[in-house]
Amino acid sequence: MNWLHQIVFRLRATFGKRHRDRTLDEELQTHLALLVEQNIERGMSPEAARRAAKLSLGGSDQIKESVRDHRGLPWLDTFAQDVRFAFRILRKSPGFTAVAVLTLALGIGASVAIFGFVDGALLEQLPYANPDRLMSVSESNIESPQWPLSYPDFLDWQRLNQSFSSLDIYNDAGDLLRTDSGAEPVQVERVSGSFFRTLGVHPMLGRDFNPGEDRLGGPNVVLLSYGAWLHRFGGRRNVIGETVELDNQAYSIIGVLPRSFSFAPSGNAEFWVPINTLSRHEHSRTFYAFMGIGRLRDGVSPRAAQAEMTAIAGKLQRQYAITGRSLSASVVPLSEIFVGDVRPILLTLLAGAQLLLVIAGINITSLLLVRSEGRKHEIAVRRALGATPRRLVRQFVIEALLLASLSSAFGVIVASGFMKLLIGLVPADMASGMPFLAGVDFNSNTGTFAAVIALLVTLLLTTTPALRLLQQRIHDGLGRGGERGASGQTWRKLGANLVIVELAVAVILLAGAGLLGRSLYRLLRVPLGFDPNHLATVQVIAPEKIYQTDQQAMALYSELIRRVSNLPGVESAGFTSLLPVECNCMMDSIQVQGRPHNGEHHEVDERHVSPAYLPTLKARLVRGRDFTEADDASAPGVAIINQTLAHRYFPGQDPIGQRITDDEGGRPSVWEVIGVVDDVHEAPLDVGTWPAEYFPIAQTHDRSFTLVVRTQQDAGMLLSVLVGTLHQIDPRLGVSDEATMNAKIDGTEAALLHRFSAWLVGGFAAMALILGVIGLYGVMAYSVSQRTREFAVRMALGAPRASVYRLVMGQAGRLIAAGLGIGLLCSMGTSMLIRNLFFGVQAWDAATLGGVALLLTLASVAACYIPARRATRVDPMVGLRYE
Amino acid sequence: MITAPKAEVLQGTLDLLVLKTLDTLGPLHGFGIARRIQQVSNDALLLNQGTLYPALVRLEQRGLIRSKWGISGNNRRARYYSLTKSGQKHLTVEAQSWERMASIIARVLAGAEEA
Repeated sequence: MNWLHQIVFRLRATFGKRHRDRTLDEELQTHLALLVEQNIERGMSPEAARRAAKLSLGGSDQIKESVRDHRGLPWLDTFAQDVRFAFRILRKSPGFTAVAVLTLALGIGASVAIFGFVDGALLEQLPYANPDRLMSVSESNIESPQWPLSYPDFLDWQRLNQSFSSLDIYNDAGDLLRTDSGAEPVQVERVSGSFFRTLGVHPMLGRDFNPGEDRLGGPNVVLLSYGAWLHRFGGRRNVIGETVELDNQAYSIIGVLPRSFSFAPSGNAEFWVPINTLSRHEHSRTFYAFMGIGRLRDGVSPRAAQAEMTAIAGKLQRQYAITGRSLSASVVPLSEIFVGDVRPILLTLLAGAQLLLVIAGINITSLLLVRSEGRKHEIAVRRALGATPRRLVRQFVIEALLLASLSSAFGVIVASGFMKLLIGLVPADMASGMPFLAGVDFNSNTGTFAAVIALLVTLLLTTTPALRLLQQRIHDGLGRGGERGASGQTWRKLGANLVIVELAVAVILLAGAGLLGRSLYRLLRVPLGFDPNHLATVQVIAPEKIYQTDQQAMALYSELIRRVSNLPGVESAGFTSLLPVECNCMMDSIQVQGRPHNGEHHEVDERHVSPAYLPTLKARLVRGRDFTEADDASAPGVAIINQTLAHRYFPGQDPIGQRITDDEGGRPSVWEVIGVVDDVHEAPLDVGTWPAEYFPIAQTHDRSFTLVVRTQQDAGMLLSVLVGTLHQIDPRLGVSDEATMNAKIDGTEAALLHRFSAWLVGGFAAMALILGVIGLYGVMAYSVSQRTREFAVRMALGAPRASVYRLVMGQAGRLIAAGLGIGLLCSMGTSMLIRNLFFGVQAWDAATLGGVALLLTLASVAACYIPARRATRVDPMVGLRYE
Repeated sequence: MITAPKAEVLQGTLDLLVLKTLDTLGPLHGFGIARRIQQVSNDALLLNQGTLYPALVRLEQRGLIRSKWGISGNNRRARYYSLTKSGQKHLTVEAQSWERMASIIARVLAGAEEA
């Protein structure tokens, strides 16, 4: 415990320093007085006694100094001194300090903020019990790795499998909630009975579904989401047992889900009901509408589960002679479904932010080096006054340390602002599918990451000047001329190499941004096959309980069209079961009548549309005719197909008059092709066009569809009128999602994700370019200032100014070329890594890379022009006298 | 008058002398310690009185002595040092090892003369 005793003693001594100095003084005075008295007793004169005493005691200041060395913590004292000194130095050059701190803070802030998202999405576990045992279970086929399950298949999978301790399904549905003001479309999630038990989620109020409540014909019970409970029911605890009316049916509330509960694929679903009533289609084994989740039994690996489910799927397919598709099973971790889409983008952004930080770090390091060069004189003076080399190095290290700490502190502030900004940029629609966004904030992971980043920055900032100083010492003995030659050379090389790294990194970021930007440009200019301008859209749900018969639905259709078409400024109106540019969903599996079928799979998009829909879109009819009012339930089934379908299934044939067959809601149906339309882009922007078929809605009688209206003026102005008119027709209609077609397309996930990555990486790249060019300028300006004498001599000996100019620009050119070359090579590699994020552009796209090279060269040459000009302005006489 | 050159206090032995002095006389101030060492050694030891104080700080730091303010015989405020328990122990050990060392050196020197 001796060392502990010492530490306490020394610490106490450090902090009670003044007091201790005083006591020591008093002690020494006493000693002196006693010594004098003793000397007098021995017979000396008082004066001699005093003199002798002082001699024998020695100088009191030396004693104090020597005692102090033993007493306190001398290094702590000098540390405090150095920190104070460093503060003064930084305050003395506020420009440098501000630039350094701001640059680093931006770099650190961007890195930490992006990491916050990576942490929330990819590192944090899903908020369920043992989330790594939860799997997304679904069918799978060639076109789609995750293909939904049909209800009968689900029951068989549940019964036959040994891999999962529980297996459940979910399916989202739009329903109309009866409210005081009429009907409001709400998101309802239908789940099988043990869904929440599989997840390991318990209601915070009331109870979970009881076993058997999800059997067909079971009771109408509903669980509320926390949000619905709070906002629709005022957070009352006595809400259990009350009833709500969904689609004109009473449901009794049995429980409320906890606040922390979220399930990304269900978005913000407010009402959770058991699957105990099935639509006509859902009874069919070939109506695929449900996604599954399963909890693996202990000891069962995902791979084993996958194998078992695939076997079961194959067996069922043979047993029920399902010919449409070759179905297999997919078992992937649930997190894959939750964040699979954003993973590559987040990782790309994280890498981009790190590169930016690298540039920022290098830039500030070079600045510090240049400064240390400028402070040579100061260092020499301080060394002459007795500062040890160790002390000098420590001085610089502490300065860098202070800079790094300041930057890190600001960086954390920047990060927190940046996180909020980015979360705010995610549209509500998309955010509801990313529940992890709510958790993006400073937590232990983000904090650790920030600390590591801060540490690395500190290391970088502290080692370089220290190394520089040590190196300088070696050359010290060589005197002034030597120093200028050798040490200046080495430093120039180091500085130049750093600039090459900076430029290369800037090229990598620029290339990435360029390719992502080009992808976005291409994406937004994908041929749509229709004119998206001047189109207003609104979703309509007609409650099935009110519009029970097909006649009622028909009457609603014609009334809607009549009223909307008469609105001022409306050119035409139609509706569709699903808008274009949404997804390749609502698929159909078709065969051509009269053709032998050998088990091929013909997957096509299926849309139900009104007669005026395709003309309203301005989709071009290539052959045949449009639908008319006469194509109704009493007439034979007719279909319009798109060009892709025509080319794929009727190559070299006239499709008009051909018949395609399918299984419409469990009933074999026949459709005669009456028209061929140019491809309308039904798929998301970044997915290619599929074969598509259009059926008259008068023959399918959908109760849920989207109204599309072509206007003469700005479509946005019509939206509120449109909603009002629909409410007038029937206040019980669910009316939602009113938006212009262009806004819809801009808000699709594909457009948003591409826009996000392009803008963010673009921002990083712009900052990288600026920093890189500043770094280049710094190196060139320094180099020119160091070579002033050389230039003066050259010119004195008759070198023309132009040759000096060429000399400087030549040096700059070599740096730029090296940075550009290395950067372009590396960027090909990095672009290959993120090529999945590109759309319609190759990783080695020559135009983009050429543009990047040109941009960087122009910016760099501009940055070098000023120092080069300064070099040519050197007056030979002044330059020589300078020595 | 010619005096024999005074011996400098050997490095490391000052601590031992201080501890022994405090052991013999009990609590004592710095001046008292210095005077006692000089008296006992019959002024043969050249004790730079200034080096005493760093030694005292060092010993106190190591927990071998402790200090307290008191009043000296001539009514002066003075800092009194006294031995701690661990100082006592340290003294015993160090004194023994010193004596052993001294006797070894003495034997070696005696042997060298005989040869």
